[in-house]
Amino acid sequence: MSEAAPSAAAIKEFTRPPSLLGKSVTGRYITVAFMVLLLVLPLVAWFTGNTFYLDFSTRIICLSFAAVSLNLILGFGGMISFGHAAFIGIGAYMVGIPAYHGYESGWLHFPLAMGVSALFALVTGAVCLRTKGVYFIMITMAFAQMAYYLFLSLEEYGGDDGLTIYNRSVLNIIDIENKVVLFLLAYAALATGIYAVYRIVNSRFGMVVRGCQSNEARMKALGYNTYAYRLTAYVIAGAMCGLAGALLGNFQSFISPDMMGWTRSGELMFMVILGGTGTLFGPVLGAVAFLVIEEILSAFTTYWALPFGILLILSVLFIKGGLSGLIHRGLKHG
Amino acid sequence: MSTLFLIQFLNGLQLGVLLFLLAAGLTLVFGIMDFVNLAHGSLYMIGAFFCATLTFWTGSFLLAVPLALVATAIVGLVVETGVIRHLYQRDHLDHVLATFGFILIADTSVQLIWGPEGIAIPLPEALQGQVQILPGVIFPAYRLVIIAAGLLVAFGLYWLIGRTRLGMLIRAGASNRTMVSALGIDIKTLFTAVFALGAVLAGLAGMLIAPITEATIGMGNDIIITAFVVIIVGGIGSMKGAFIAAMLIGLIDTLGRSFLDDMLKVFIPVNAAETAGPAISSMLIYIIMAAVLALHPQGLFPPKVR
Amino acid sequence: MADTLLAVRNLKKSFGGVNATDDVSIEVERGELHAVIGPNGAGKTTLIAQLSGDLAPDSGKVLLDGKDITSVPTHRRSHFGMARSFQITSVFMNMSVIANVSLAVQSHDGTSFRFWQPACTEERLRRPAMDILDKVGLADRAGTIASAMSHGERRQLELAMALATKPRFLLLDEPMAGMGVEESAAMVGILKGLKGDKTILLVEHDMDAVFALADRISVLVYGRVIATGKPAEIRRNKAVRDAYLGED
Repeated sequence: MSEAAPSAAAIKEFTRPPSLLGKSVTGRYITVAFMVLLLVLPLVAWFTGNTFYLDFSTRIICLSFAAVSLNLILGFGGMISFGHAAFIGIGAYMVGIPAYHGYESGWLHFPLAMGVSALFALVTGAVCLRTKGVYFIMITMAFAQMAYYLFLSLEEYGGDDGLTIYNRSVLNIIDIENKVVLFLLAYAALATGIYAVYRIVNSRFGMVVRGCQSNEARMKALGYNTYAYRLTAYVIAGAMCGLAGALLGNFQSFISPDMMGWTRSGELMFMVILGGTGTLFGPVLGAVAFLVIEEILSAFTTYWALPFGILLILSVLFIKGGLSGLIHRGLKHG
Repeated sequence: MSTLFLIQFLNGLQLGVLLFLLAAGLTLVFGIMDFVNLAHGSLYMIGAFFCATLTFWTGSFLLAVPLALVATAIVGLVVETGVIRHLYQRDHLDHVLATFGFILIADTSVQLIWGPEGIAIPLPEALQGQVQILPGVIFPAYRLVIIAAGLLVAFGLYWLIGRTRLGMLIRAGASNRTMVSALGIDIKTLFTAVFALGAVLAGLAGMLIAPITEATIGMGNDIIITAFVVIIVGGIGSMKGAFIAAMLIGLIDTLGRSFLDDMLKVFIPVNAAETAGPAISSMLIYIIMAAVLALHPQGLFPPKVR
Repeated sequence: MADTLLAVRNLKKSFGGVNATDDVSIEVERGELHAVIGPNGAGKTTLIAQLSGDLAPDSGKVLLDGKDITSVPTHRRSHFGMARSFQITSVFMNMSVIANVSLAVQSHDGTSFRFWQPACTEERLRRPAMDILDKVGLADRAGTIASAMSHGERRQLELAMALATKPRFLLLDEPMAGMGVEESAAMVGILKGLKGDKTILLVEHDMDAVFALADRISVLVYGRVIATGKPAEIRRNKAVRDAYLGED
């Protein structure tokens, strides 16, 4: 391809866009199978009376969605945010606080969760994105901690003790008090989220954001106000994660500042890296792997974090490109 | 009011010196190795637990501190040579993830060894009392010791970096890596030594505060973020910036928590002030950080271009 | 004076008391290829940084077509008709050649706040990008990832990206740096093709290239312009020979 005249196909593929289901045929099958299993297995488990797996899967899906949103800025925009869990917390509180005051409509909760998260992203992002590198990592972390302390100080809403959500968000078309319906809603949100990221990263806007990741000085010289584009991406990711938080809050029926502690942000980041940054389904893969390993280890020992931490370090030292990269390389050789 | 202010001012200084001890280690490790160490707070915690155990073994806090410092240094050495040194060439993202793994390991290991409960450390008689610092103003003697110890270390670091051969190497390493190698100095050993020094400073901070707060699991995870705020405000890599910012943040945080709601009551209704006061004061240092960054994206004292 | 496109007036910038740019004034006429040469440490990099907007001067002005752009941020300068190449090759390594150029075209083709339609199928980005690749001789490499290209090719790509923003004024920072003899010759050929069409300020170490291409040359030494003139005049200039050309 490199030496010959450009074929139409070569030009068409000029951006090397992350295609929705992966480039190789086998890769596509694996992706589709994986997403189908993620939908079907929990439902089968539920029908056979095993509700634990349905609950566990709902949690996985909510956090996958959060990881997908983080991947938009981390994987495609090169913004290493260590404060993404703040949006999960904000989203969850935007369900909990109105519910506490008696406003139970989901048509209020979900837009509010996305709106307030977007606003928080806009304000903090405006400061964070003036900085680079390590500064950015630490400042995102600091702002998330600020949100954490803010909710901790709100004694009206339980402060440290958290807040119980007695009734899930009321949506007049579906009833998410039903666990299966909530699971399906979360799954639909995740699928939509992945598709949205796919469209965004291949759009003009996405190309600009990816250009900023690759070489920001060049983007500026080309005439792009990189700050505005990166901030917009940051806001989109924040809003998406706010929605993930609202779903998670509904699922858990209990929310606390702990949901946005900085270790949560670290876990989210690790899910993305583990799965493979800058891939569409990688974050889902990473979230599944992370939560399943956590679940298995914690079944064996209360000290599960010890082997987990060791795994984390080993994976940083030895796995390049995350699980997606591993699978990709496996397919190439196999 | 002015008495209370003086006491809170001293409390703010005390927080400031602790933050400085942490920020100094972060500054050294980042400034010289370009390494982001999230697990720095774990060394703070480990220092506190070592000190607790050694206090019970030796029967004396004052004897335990130097021993615990040595033990913390050894942990620093082991961690650096075992894992950290393989990460210097990696990007910051890998640093962040690997040291995040360390936090999990450290927290769980401490729980395995010392159990889930916090450990109180008894102080020697001489340090337990209160002293009268001004007529009618008394203040815990031990807190004054913390402030004095912190300032002493700050002076020591100033001397170390400005006046000694090691300091010269550190400054050279920060500005010119190849030059240090060209001088025939083993850069690996230098990096290990610097990392261990950072560990000792963090450990010292942990053992100084432990008699007041107890040694608890995860005690480093909150304060480390504040230490990050300090080095961001001060300018990452600048020791002078770290010192000034540490004092500033320590004072603002402490005074804000004590006096903000009273100050707000002047402007807004009392009950509103009582709700808003804690909320705003909990965010105060982050707002300060944002304000500083809006004016100086590199912090107050950005180090010279490397 | 004739029709000036870029005017640099009394530009000053010092770092810690050292004058990196010391009262520099340069006029670049429309259609001219104006070269800036100078020994290492003469302040060429600092000058470029101020022209491109990466660095704010302490005093003095930069005028583009009579408009004061001294305090205009980098990205806005592109929309005033300025484009640049970087000393260290600066392309999007992880993207294909055509994507690199398309992204440059896109910056001057309406808003990029379009979130849904794929950019890679947009004919209005692809077509102009292919035309420019033709012009710099990279059309047959359109599908190649930039990181897989040779150094010289990346240099050409970088020039293509600068051209894609339809500039009136090109700021070229050592485009021949690190190139072999053949690659340099190819680049000289491309620049010759641009001469007259674009106004160019060329900062370059390669003297053969400079004397082959430039209409006029300014010589920068210790932050000062010690001479400006036609290549032949510069060759004869005693001060220049002492300060600079005499060296090698």
